[in-house]
Amino acid sequence: MLLSYIVRRVLWTIPFLFAVSVVVFALIQAPPGDYLTTFVAKLAESDESIDQATIEVLRERYGLNEPFLVQYWKWISNLVQGDFGQSFEWNQPVWELIASRIPLTITLMLSTFVFAWGVALPIGIYSAVRKYSIGDYFFTTIGFIGLAMPNFLLALVMLYIGVKVWGVHMGGLFSDEFEGAPWSVAKVIDMYSHMWIGIIVLGTAILASLIRIMRANLLDELSKPYVTTARAKGMSEWRLILKYPVRIALNPFISIIGLYFPALISGAVVTAVVLGYPTLGPLMLQSLLAQDMYLAGGILMILCGLTVFGMLISDILLAILDPRVRYE
Amino acid sequence: MSDKTPPEASAAGHPQLPDDGIEGPPLATERGAAVASQWRLMWWKFRRHKLAMVSLFVVFGLYLTAIFAEFLAPFDPGSTDRRGGFHPPQMVRFIDRTDDGFSIRPYVYDTKRNRDPVTLRTTYERTGDKVYLQFFGKGDSYEMWGLFEMERHFLVPVNPRERYYLFGADRLGRDMLSRTIYGARLSLSIGLVGVMFSLFLGVTLGGLAGYLGGITDTVVQRVVEFVLSLPTIPVWLALAAALPPSWSIEVRYFFITLIVSLVGWTELARVVRGRFLSLKKDDFVIAARLDNASQARIIFRHMLPSLTSHIIASVTLAIPLMILAETALSFLGLGLLPPAISWGVLLKEAQDVRSIVLGPWLFIPGGAVVITVMAFNFLGDGLRDAADPYSQ
Amino acid sequence: MSDPRLPRATVNAALPEDVILDVRNLRTYFPTRTHVVKAVDDVSFQLRRGRTTCIVGESGSGKSITARSILQILDAPGQIEGGVIRLRSTGRDAQGESIVDLTSLHPRSRAIRAIRGRDIAMIFQEPMSSLSPVHTIGDQIIETIRLHEPVSKSEARTRAIELLRRCEIRDPDIAVDRYTFEFSGGMRQRAMIAMALSCNPQVLIADEPTTALDVTTQAEILDLMRELQTSYGMAIMFITHDMGVVAEIADDVVVMRHGKVVETGEVNALFADPQHAYTKKLLDSVIKLERRADIKPAEAAILGADTPTILAVRDLSVTFPGQARFLRKPAPGVHAVRQVSLELKKGESLGIVGESGSGKTTLGRAIASVRAPTEGNVLYRGKDGVEVDLADLNGPALQAYRRRVRMIFQDPYGSLNPRMTVGQIVAEPLRNNNVATGAALRARVADLLEQVGLPAEVMERYPHAFSGGQRQRVGIARAIALEPEVVICDEATSALDVSIRSQVLDLLIELQKKLDLSFIFIAHDIGVVRYFCDRVAVMRLGEVVELGPASQVCSAPEHPYTKALLSAVPHPDPTARSMHLRTRYSEEAS
Repeated sequence: MLLSYIVRRVLWTIPFLFAVSVVVFALIQAPPGDYLTTFVAKLAESDESIDQATIEVLRERYGLNEPFLVQYWKWISNLVQGDFGQSFEWNQPVWELIASRIPLTITLMLSTFVFAWGVALPIGIYSAVRKYSIGDYFFTTIGFIGLAMPNFLLALVMLYIGVKVWGVHMGGLFSDEFEGAPWSVAKVIDMYSHMWIGIIVLGTAILASLIRIMRANLLDELSKPYVTTARAKGMSEWRLILKYPVRIALNPFISIIGLYFPALISGAVVTAVVLGYPTLGPLMLQSLLAQDMYLAGGILMILCGLTVFGMLISDILLAILDPRVRYE
Repeated sequence: MSDKTPPEASAAGHPQLPDDGIEGPPLATERGAAVASQWRLMWWKFRRHKLAMVSLFVVFGLYLTAIFAEFLAPFDPGSTDRRGGFHPPQMVRFIDRTDDGFSIRPYVYDTKRNRDPVTLRTTYERTGDKVYLQFFGKGDSYEMWGLFEMERHFLVPVNPRERYYLFGADRLGRDMLSRTIYGARLSLSIGLVGVMFSLFLGVTLGGLAGYLGGITDTVVQRVVEFVLSLPTIPVWLALAAALPPSWSIEVRYFFITLIVSLVGWTELARVVRGRFLSLKKDDFVIAARLDNASQARIIFRHMLPSLTSHIIASVTLAIPLMILAETALSFLGLGLLPPAISWGVLLKEAQDVRSIVLGPWLFIPGGAVVITVMAFNFLGDGLRDAADPYSQ
Repeated sequence: MSDPRLPRATVNAALPEDVILDVRNLRTYFPTRTHVVKAVDDVSFQLRRGRTTCIVGESGSGKSITARSILQILDAPGQIEGGVIRLRSTGRDAQGESIVDLTSLHPRSRAIRAIRGRDIAMIFQEPMSSLSPVHTIGDQIIETIRLHEPVSKSEARTRAIELLRRCEIRDPDIAVDRYTFEFSGGMRQRAMIAMALSCNPQVLIADEPTTALDVTTQAEILDLMRELQTSYGMAIMFITHDMGVVAEIADDVVVMRHGKVVETGEVNALFADPQHAYTKKLLDSVIKLERRADIKPAEAAILGADTPTILAVRDLSVTFPGQARFLRKPAPGVHAVRQVSLELKKGESLGIVGESGSGKTTLGRAIASVRAPTEGNVLYRGKDGVEVDLADLNGPALQAYRRRVRMIFQDPYGSLNPRMTVGQIVAEPLRNNNVATGAALRARVADLLEQVGLPAEVMERYPHAFSGGQRQRVGIARAIALEPEVVICDEATSALDVSIRSQVLDLLIELQKKLDLSFIFIAHDIGVVRYFCDRVAVMRLGEVVELGPASQVCSAPEHPYTKALLSAVPHPDPTARSMHLRTRYSEEAS
């Protein structure tokens, strides 16, 4: 049952990824002028020149004279072989530029995830069980502010506080001595001593809505008859709440992971720009401002792939948790 | 059947007791509620939500500010002041103590610009002089709504050559108060216009999916799922990057609004679709069909009225999303571009740490964003709770 | 019961040996924003060992809240305001017998928790939602055992399987690891009972345990409970609104209304000689439904040989297609109605009875043109004498059909648009069919409302200001607005309290005489059909298994399924309990 569900769910991502790739390629193509004209113009700016033969080779490689579909085909078939094209801004293959930043991006997201879910779960449970208590109002208020505060603004405020209170600039992910150093436990610790700001900034926005969702779900569940049944059995209040309604309210809480993945990635882009993290976000912004479309498209493709993957994971988790899903 | 329904329900309704056959519930006492239409019931329910009521006034006030921006802003938002770079906010005082005694008139203390010889930082020092202000005085001339020439402002210095900075000034000495007020105009209108696009897309697609079902429904569902799975900001950024920078403010504004509205429609479509699907199966809609009501009458007379309140609530909750989206795009330099003024554009000024350390008041447009978004969220929550006055 | 106002101090003294639970002057209030709802107001009764006490009352009588007060599992903001609930707790902890006042215990205290589930167990109305959907049945039973007794998991599991076996659940060693959604409603209720019995409680509180079940399933559950009572010797407090069930199982009866006890007594005495006017009225309205309506002419007068057929159903089938699924075969379709043929005579009331899933509602909806049948015909020959086939109709012809064949819905809440006034609702068919406008429309609506017994002034009101019975009257006014010839009543009275049920049925009979209507009356309740119908079709799994005159089908059925169905119906006569003699129907027997 479960296995066949997982297999079907995995196969389902294929048409999805296909649609994503079409959208991404359309975006690559969207700016006026094709890639090579921009490239040549860019080179001309910096007084370099490129001979006609090279241009022709490139034109051939990307199929720039061909119709959209052929170009798309060339792009996607290169892409599945790991060739994301060439960044003219950096004059490097796109994949090389991206690859180094993917692990940090994922680390940032996963850490945020653990933080947001870990904090939202107990607070959500507390808020629902102690509905309308002072604590509930407190968290609800914080939540509303968190929802209303754009990520970048919160990041800026944190930076400001850092300068004002501690007199340090808290941007970046590594202290100078670890920049470029090989990975070690000390470097990881150093990274987290910087990254926590990003995690909090990113986490707060999601945290706020997660608390609301958990609270609302649990409130729904708390009034269900099976809770009364459990109470009538003689279970203690906290034990029954944790075993039954929380367990069931957890399902939508898990399935929401999938929906929040895109939001998390979005937030990570802006936050990383403000905090100056060497993740995919700032690189993407830079490439877009420079109209370096293969690089931008490659990053976009990776980011979309991450969200699809995140949704896949959340669906599978849900199927493991909720027997009703896999029997459907 | 079950008498465990909350007692409030039975109290609000009527005791369903055996003799209800003909005489029915106490007619006289509930006369008012009995003839109350859906909107009246919703209003009664909404009124009980205090935060939502407050938010309603806040939102109202914000839009009034945006509409009368020219009049409310003391100065032209683009006018610079060479001697006013990073001027801190000043307090407007009303009780004027002079040698002759008290008088009530608004003024601020004048300041003098100094440069610290060691750190080379600019500081402002209060001098004993006062800059007197007046209500409805003459200041920079402007065209109200682009229609008629005016030069009266809400509160300006008596001497038009002097300036005051309630919210401080930016790097170029531009008045942050005026800029924030003007910024409200674009930021708030993008929310409204964007939501109109979303509403159109969402209601059309969601309505079609819900009403027609079958293939249409499957296709719309898949599209919604797909759009929901895209990370919004990177996609907007890519879309916005495709807009030629040479376009005029107006055209760019239009397209940014379009891009931003791509967020809201999926949620609206989902709400409308879900409601349509369940309504279609509701007995009263089937009854209307059996009453030989035309398609149009079924949709517009029987189904839409139960939808509108939910749509209004969802729309209210979608507006802040659009405002946040525009702010983020402009902040990153791919949304509206100067000289257009929106809160996002203003916040771009605060992008680097050095600026905000020099002028923390550059955060003020951010405060405006937070207040606006919160007000809309509370309002939307209140509306959503009131949207179905018949549920218990 | 002799002295209801015993001072609290002396309460401990007087408690007859066989009384297990003594409720005295219980008051439970729900304070709301504006006022206090006295849900339970000075209620006293006793539960005795080995006896079943039925608490009977209509909706809003406070019977459920009384039960919840005993265990102190009230939903907020309910609170016990006063009274004494004494439980004779048998000494499991080697203390011998002791008497505890449950109201003196804090709702969250360990003491009351030890009593819940061990001394007093409870089962609920909705077997669908009263068990957790994501835990196995075994898990939930084992947990109850281990809460109260220090036994190992495997021991508890063995006992759980034994309990399931005792509750007649097939393959208990497999069922123990199943989830609730894999069970039918009846099986879930059995699992609930197994769970309730897991610690040999002295008192079992059953809160409408069979209301959500079909009548044959109800009979089986009642059987099971009776049998378990004999072997476990517990006191049962059975909450119900159904006088038939009371007559079938009760030893003692407590009648409640508006949160107060109006009458208490031994079951035979109470049925034979009710003292309180309300009890009399309640019994009367139930007994009234035990036979054909007095105001109806004899069957023979309606079912003459030369009575023309007004509507004929020929080999009608309705299949719901299965859902398309990604990378799998589509889900199997459901054959809701299979090859049904029926005839409706002019002026008669044809009953269609069946349990849930029998396809009766789908059949009714197909005839009402709500849903197109997969196969077969619905032939209609109205006043004009032209026969039309519903399958061929569309456009104006279909509209004409819909004017002649109307429908009354089950749910008095969902079938009226809450956003339209009653006047607009009744006017809707008149408007849409251009029957009347302006002042004439108003006059006609007023007339229709008066015909269904509602004053014309109610026109301006919205449905939310009406009770269930009144709403149903509005629905009837809408159905007769176009002077139809056939009216399909889809469970039109099943959502109503019993005393209102016969009022609405009588109204329909009157209208039938006055307007010359033919009814197709869909119901799950045999009593209602016997009262109202001239002929009855019995449906099971989409097929008609028996069709005949109501008098015959309801008293001397031929088909074994009908027999089983009828014999499972409880009658409001405690002296003639018959349910245990009932016949059972199984597939092999047919």
